[in-house]
Amino acid sequence: MLSIISPLMRLIEIPMLALQRLLGINRLAWVFLLPNLVLFGLFAFLPVILNFFYATSGSDNVMLADRPYVGARNFVTLMDCSSYLDPNTCREDKFWRAVWNTSWFVTLQVGFMVGFSLLTAIILNRDIRARGFFRSVFFFPVLLSPVVVALIWKWILQREGVMNAFLDWTGIGGYNWLVDAQWAFTWSVFISVWAHMGFYTLILLAGLQAIPRDVYEAATMDRASPWRTFRRITLPLLSPTMLVVLVLALIKGVQTFDEIYAFTGGGPGTATTFIIQYIYEEGFAGAPRLFGLAAAASLMVAIVLLILTLIQLWVNRRNADG
Amino acid sequence: MKMTTMSTTAIAALVAGAGMASAQEVRFMCYSDGNECEVYEDVLGRFEAENPGIDVVIDVVPYQSILENLPVQLAAGTGPDIAKVTDLGGLNEYYLDLAPYVDREYWEESFGDTLDWYRAGGDDDGIYGMHSQLTITGAFVNATLFEQAGVEMPGEGATWDDWAAASREVAEATEASFPMAIDRSGHRVAGPAISYGALYFDDEGNGSFEGFQPFAEAFVAWNEDGTMARDVWASQGGSTYQDAAQEFINGDLVFYYSGSWQVGRMDEQVGDFFDWQVIGSPCGPAGPCSGMPGGAGVVGFEQTENPEAVAAVIDYLAQEDVYAEVTARTRNLPAHLGVAAAGVEFENASPAAQDALNAFAASLPDVSPIAFAYQGYASNRAMFGITVERLSQAIVGELTVAEAMERAEDDLEAAMAEAN
Repeated sequence: MLSIISPLMRLIEIPMLALQRLLGINRLAWVFLLPNLVLFGLFAFLPVILNFFYATSGSDNVMLADRPYVGARNFVTLMDCSSYLDPNTCREDKFWRAVWNTSWFVTLQVGFMVGFSLLTAIILNRDIRARGFFRSVFFFPVLLSPVVVALIWKWILQREGVMNAFLDWTGIGGYNWLVDAQWAFTWSVFISVWAHMGFYTLILLAGLQAIPRDVYEAATMDRASPWRTFRRITLPLLSPTMLVVLVLALIKGVQTFDEIYAFTGGGPGTATTFIIQYIYEEGFAGAPRLFGLAAAASLMVAIVLLILTLIQLWVNRRNADG
Repeated sequence: MKMTTMSTTAIAALVAGAGMASAQEVRFMCYSDGNECEVYEDVLGRFEAENPGIDVVIDVVPYQSILENLPVQLAAGTGPDIAKVTDLGGLNEYYLDLAPYVDREYWEESFGDTLDWYRAGGDDDGIYGMHSQLTITGAFVNATLFEQAGVEMPGEGATWDDWAAASREVAEATEASFPMAIDRSGHRVAGPAISYGALYFDDEGNGSFEGFQPFAEAFVAWNEDGTMARDVWASQGGSTYQDAAQEFINGDLVFYYSGSWQVGRMDEQVGDFFDWQVIGSPCGPAGPCSGMPGGAGVVGFEQTENPEAVAAVIDYLAQEDVYAEVTARTRNLPAHLGVAAAGVEFENASPAAQDALNAFAASLPDVSPIAFAYQGYASNRAMFGITVERLSQAIVGELTVAEAMERAEDDLEAAMAEAN
């Protein structure tokens, strides 16, 4: 193996040394970064810049050259509200319904997700029977495509679905879950937690296993109660991991789209329409295609996500610094 | 010998190469409601045999791609040469005018008013599309449920209220889940809305929801009191399309308002499970018993490199014998006046399906001029979407009917301001 690699390395060495002599050792780093920078620039940075141009231009033309500059008009349209708490008073009421739905969804989903993930991780960290099997069971939904998740639950919850068949059989009687706005929202939160909990459980499980055993042994010797051990040892030592989980779940929560779109289509009415669906519908599904409004809304979401990402980076750095 | 073989091979390769270089490739983006693309593939195979210089490649895509991807491709200049579309007037800016390449007189005689649906309006007299399948909305009724309930079907000239009352009675007597349902689509409610007085245009000919409120009130009330299947409109968000065909096929629905394109599905899936029939469109308080025409058409695009070949392909499909064959094999209503006048013997259609298609064809004269104009209005897709979104919000109680109508007008104004 080495006999193949060595000549190859020598082959690369010649041009690399020449390049190093030409650019100097410090600038050579940029050569190594270049492929990644090009990809990032083309597929991440350039779209953000284009998005900014779309957000500040009007009409339903796709080509930027054909779109007249309208300044902040799209942002003004989105922000034109008598009361931000009541979408009915807003010019773009669908945007504000989506904003409020997303806010409630993220609050509930992240809260339940972190809570249940923690509980599951603690149980799966104990020496229980068939622990490996249960770890797989909780992680399995993460492997499913969001559309598959949505279709499974739609079949369960629709009027003639499995759930109603069961409720009819027990004599309780079925219910039209997906036509009731509150139930449709509640099930959306539940499904989202069910589908993603395994991922966060895995992170928390890793965090739990990183806590040194001897700390627990010392607590046992001091006759600390299980609750006190959890409160005084587990929680504080797990809090850096929990913070990472919280921020990641928040980011994912704000980005929620595919599974809920396939599950309820955003309905009934706008009860489960979230901000990404609003952007998609304004920009691509509707007629005419309001690219400007969609781009302005997506820039606003990008700012929220940027703030959350900065928090995550700060948390990671703080954890790394110990 | 070896030399001769090599020379022959070289000449054959050269001839083939030259042939390939001169062949004009025409890409046809096609979607099927039933078997349309399959039939086109077969028919256009004969066209290729008759026109060796033209190679037609049919790209079969889902309907969603025609609605969402095709307009973006056209705007970016990367669209196909030909497509089967339903946003007839909305894509006008990209159409290839076939007039210089085809016999105008034949096309105008054959396709009459449907040619207007593809035009930009005003003094535009271009020939842009061949209306390949004419559809009309109308109601399917479960005749077996009526018979079991001992309720007589409302007769000719019956109103929406008459049908609502009869359907409720039948559903109660037979324990069917739903008395009535209308597809969740702005196009589908247009006919009933016109029967209730919707004008769809203001005095200057611009799109408007004037006169829509009486139907909206009746429709929301029917959804609240259980006359309409609430699942269809209330279990979805946005402007997502939702039909109730499966409920009708399952025998759960007494009266189903959809359209002629569902006949094939009913024929295949209902079979002899129960008797069904088409009753056209009920009348409304404003007078008309109007359905909404529609359908799909085959158009060419200006950005093609082979406009003559594109026109030749579409013109071939528009010829009476070819059109009649495609119509019979796909079991669609013909928009070609010659074919319609001669009558169509639909292939593999049961007597029930044949009767249904005839009933739909018979309801065409009742179509209101407003419905014809609305179908040809370039911004009708925007209006369809707004109708669905705002009407759904009124049904689920997010807005009152009056608020929903006010919002619909505002949405339309905003959409018009952004549209080209």
